[in-house]
Amino acid sequence: MLRRHKKRDALQGTLDLLVLKTLSRGPHHGYGIAADIQSISDDILRVEEGSLYPALHRMEHLGWITAEWRTTTNNRRARLYSLTRAGQKRLDEEQVTWDRLTKAVGKVLRFA
Amino acid sequence: MGWVRRLRGTFSGGEVDFDEERRFHIDQRTDEYVRSGMGQEEARRMALKRFGNATLVKERTQDVDMFRWIHDVGRDTRYAFRMLRRSPGFSLLAILCLTLGIGANAAVFSWIEGILLRPYPLVVDQDRLFAVTGTNRGAPGNTDVSWPDWLDLQRNSTLVEAFIGEKITGTTLSVGDRAERASGSMVSANYFDAIGVRPMLGRGFERGEDSGRNAHPVTVISYQMWQDRFHGDPSVIGKTQVLSGLPHTIVGVTPKGFYGTFVGYAFQFWVPASMQSQFDAGVYKLEDRGARWIEGYVRLKPGVTIEQAQAEMSSIAARLEGDYPETNRGRGVRLFPLWQTPFNNAGALLPTLGIALVVVLSVLLIACANVGNLLLVRAFARQQEMTIRLSVGAGRGRLVKQLMTEGLMLSAIAAAGGLVVANWLRDALALLTPPRGGVLLRLPGELDWRVLALSAGVCLVSTLLFGLVPAMLTSNIDLASALRSQSGGVVGARSRAWVRSTLVLVQMSLSFVLLVGAGLLIQSLQAVRNASPGFSTQGVLTTGVDLFTAGYDAQRAKNFQDELIDRLQALGGVESAALSRMTPFSYRSYSTAPIAVDGYDAPPDQQPTADFNEIGPQFLATMGIPLVSGREFTRADNDTAPLVAVVDETMAAQFWRGVDPIGRRVQVKGRWMQIVGVARNAKYRNLLETPKPFFYVALRQNFSATTALQIRTAQGPAALAPSLVREIHALDANVAPSELITMREQVERTTAAQRISVTILVVFGGLAVVLAAIGLYGVMASTVSQSSRELALRMALGAGASDLLGLVLSKGLALTVGGLVLGLVVALQVTRLLGYLLYKVSPRDPIAFGLAFVVITVASLVACFVPAWRATRTDPLRALRG
Repeated sequence: MLRRHKKRDALQGTLDLLVLKTLSRGPHHGYGIAADIQSISDDILRVEEGSLYPALHRMEHLGWITAEWRTTTNNRRARLYSLTRAGQKRLDEEQVTWDRLTKAVGKVLRFA
Repeated sequence: MGWVRRLRGTFSGGEVDFDEERRFHIDQRTDEYVRSGMGQEEARRMALKRFGNATLVKERTQDVDMFRWIHDVGRDTRYAFRMLRRSPGFSLLAILCLTLGIGANAAVFSWIEGILLRPYPLVVDQDRLFAVTGTNRGAPGNTDVSWPDWLDLQRNSTLVEAFIGEKITGTTLSVGDRAERASGSMVSANYFDAIGVRPMLGRGFERGEDSGRNAHPVTVISYQMWQDRFHGDPSVIGKTQVLSGLPHTIVGVTPKGFYGTFVGYAFQFWVPASMQSQFDAGVYKLEDRGARWIEGYVRLKPGVTIEQAQAEMSSIAARLEGDYPETNRGRGVRLFPLWQTPFNNAGALLPTLGIALVVVLSVLLIACANVGNLLLVRAFARQQEMTIRLSVGAGRGRLVKQLMTEGLMLSAIAAAGGLVVANWLRDALALLTPPRGGVLLRLPGELDWRVLALSAGVCLVSTLLFGLVPAMLTSNIDLASALRSQSGGVVGARSRAWVRSTLVLVQMSLSFVLLVGAGLLIQSLQAVRNASPGFSTQGVLTTGVDLFTAGYDAQRAKNFQDELIDRLQALGGVESAALSRMTPFSYRSYSTAPIAVDGYDAPPDQQPTADFNEIGPQFLATMGIPLVSGREFTRADNDTAPLVAVVDETMAAQFWRGVDPIGRRVQVKGRWMQIVGVARNAKYRNLLETPKPFFYVALRQNFSATTALQIRTAQGPAALAPSLVREIHALDANVAPSELITMREQVERTTAAQRISVTILVVFGGLAVVLAAIGLYGVMASTVSQSSRELALRMALGAGASDLLGLVLSKGLALTVGGLVLGLVVALQVTRLLGYLLYKVSPRDPIAFGLAFVVITVASLVACFVPAWRATRTDPLRALRG
């Protein structure tokens, strides 16, 4: 049952990569992650909430990130996610894979 | 899977968590929109819209969480298993305690189910079955019912669906050249239809087969007998089998697993009630309203209560009393729930099983307290680990779940072991109960779904008891104080120590109560064994010689009996030998008769009755029953001589009130007999009976061809048996005596209930003390190790080893004293409940209480000494530095 969740399609892998990368700069809550991705990508990447939260909980369960309730500066309780050591390792792997993938796609596009 | 989610949600609060997370997200988004110039309302609507279908997102998120939950359970289980394996000593101890506790409980449940609640396999609607007996006004106890009364009750009752009449009987079966006893039952013709048992071969009895003197020599045999004697022959129907001296046609075979309807016995055959006289040595009782011999059950119509049925039975009995005053004066009818059935072993075992239940529940409690204590010790030892886990954000719920998983795992393993134990113990009651008359008792435990469910319930409750308490305590860990050193406690001053102390206190008091009970029952059993039954138990042997079944007519039987006695008395080493219809302490019933005495007027609504035994010459001398005055019977008291009787002291005192009754007369069943002797009182049925009038008549004048034989000799049964068989075979090679045993053995066989109770209490009382001592040891040991800093400080300040020894010992003994006081209070209240099992022992017997006190104190001292000694070995430097 658990194994099935380890199989990911490329799109989900991309979301994971974006989330992990965002969290590598420090703990953040779900909204913040979505907002960061959107602003850094100049509004090109818009993360669907319907995909973000399942992904966060899934990665938490896989042990890549942890979550805890913290009080924010404006005194609201927010669920803060942070990267674990396993998550950092994952991120490095994903990044290598991604670089190889984009390079390969670029080659194909240039060749055509 | 919605319910799983809800269930999980309640455990982890995940739903709430996600709702809050989602709210936060939407609020943030709303703020963002407001900052970019939207109105508050619109910003919120846009934020909600952007978030999408909230429920869908929630479900998808929680689906992920659910996998985590399942994963957690798996991880908890693996973790618990690892913890258990890492400390195999602890785990084995805990599992052993619980296995014994749960196993003992399951065994007792199974006995209660198989013996008291649903005693008769294959019989339908046992919850509507009630036992029926007769009563005598003014006399305690129960009697049987006469056949004509039984039929009248049946005819006049409107609330009863079926009357199921039966009377236990037996026969001798020849197996090659060996004689074997088989028990069976004389039943009303509706028997098999009424209990809903359909013979697997042939038929049950047919209407009318229970009437007419010996008119229907047919029998239904058990599956066991069909297998053993007929080797499963499918054409057995129509064959004949000699039962009690008469060939019976086999008309049916009962299905496998049916043993009849008499707690304690597995019946081998059934005959219709019409065959009664053949099985009662020729005495015909079917048309005699005065002869009370049938007993049995009624199945009430659905919805009828026992009170309503009892009222109806009583009113019919009152009518019969009016119609037949000379036989029915003072007679009533009484109904009992099956588990109180007075005429089989259910009634006899009821108090024993009640005690057993209380005892095993106490042992389970003690075991649970122990395991709870062990878990607590470990939980505290792991306190720093727990504290760290809490402070890095592990949910308290997860910690509780973790500890519960450990508890559940322990009790699940123990429950499995417990069921194995219970399965072994299924036949333990039958093994503790000796066979009577050569027929093995059948007292099986029944491990059906009810017993399994109850055992599972006990297991769950015990898990909660010993798993939840430590879990709660641990989850309440106060982070700040817990992070301070572990060993900084003070002896006896830890805030949570009271829970563990209470557990030990309860253990101590329960063990004390069990020990007192064991002590009382041991003394009672001793008193029972030492009690004089009023006849010799030493140097007297008893056996049975059944000439009726062997086909003798009265005259031949009389000749045989006289010659046998002559031959036996001529044997070297035999002092005397005597016949009687019954030997004392037999499971069979004495003859009983209405009596009348000149000058004695009974109250008008009562009919004086008394039991009597038909005895041959020299019976009283052989049995060692002294005569107070007069003489006992001789060979001269024969068929042609005047009728004579010997009464016992109780009867003489009741009916002649201090006047010597010798030369007076007593009327028995309408025949006047002259009293020639007064015998000293004896016990007739068991050691605990209360004296009732009893008398003897001459066997020759009240003949029975089925007799018991008593022999006074210094030889043991094994030495005498060959000569006995030789002398009997010299007279007739076809006659075999039944088992030859000492009178002591005969008496011992009636004390089975006491012996079972004593065995159970001693075994479990001992177990309880050991468990409680382990509990005390555990508490003291951890108190010492957790207070090492204080102990070291005391040492540094000059306390000597004896001071520390005293400190720890006094703390431990304080617990013991508390437990003893509590136990004393409880024991004084509950030992009365031992009731009739206590014979000549006060429920407050000081020896039993004193003994329990000593045992508990010694066990406590032993349990406290090791930790106390360890306290004196504390290394002050190391402890203070640590």
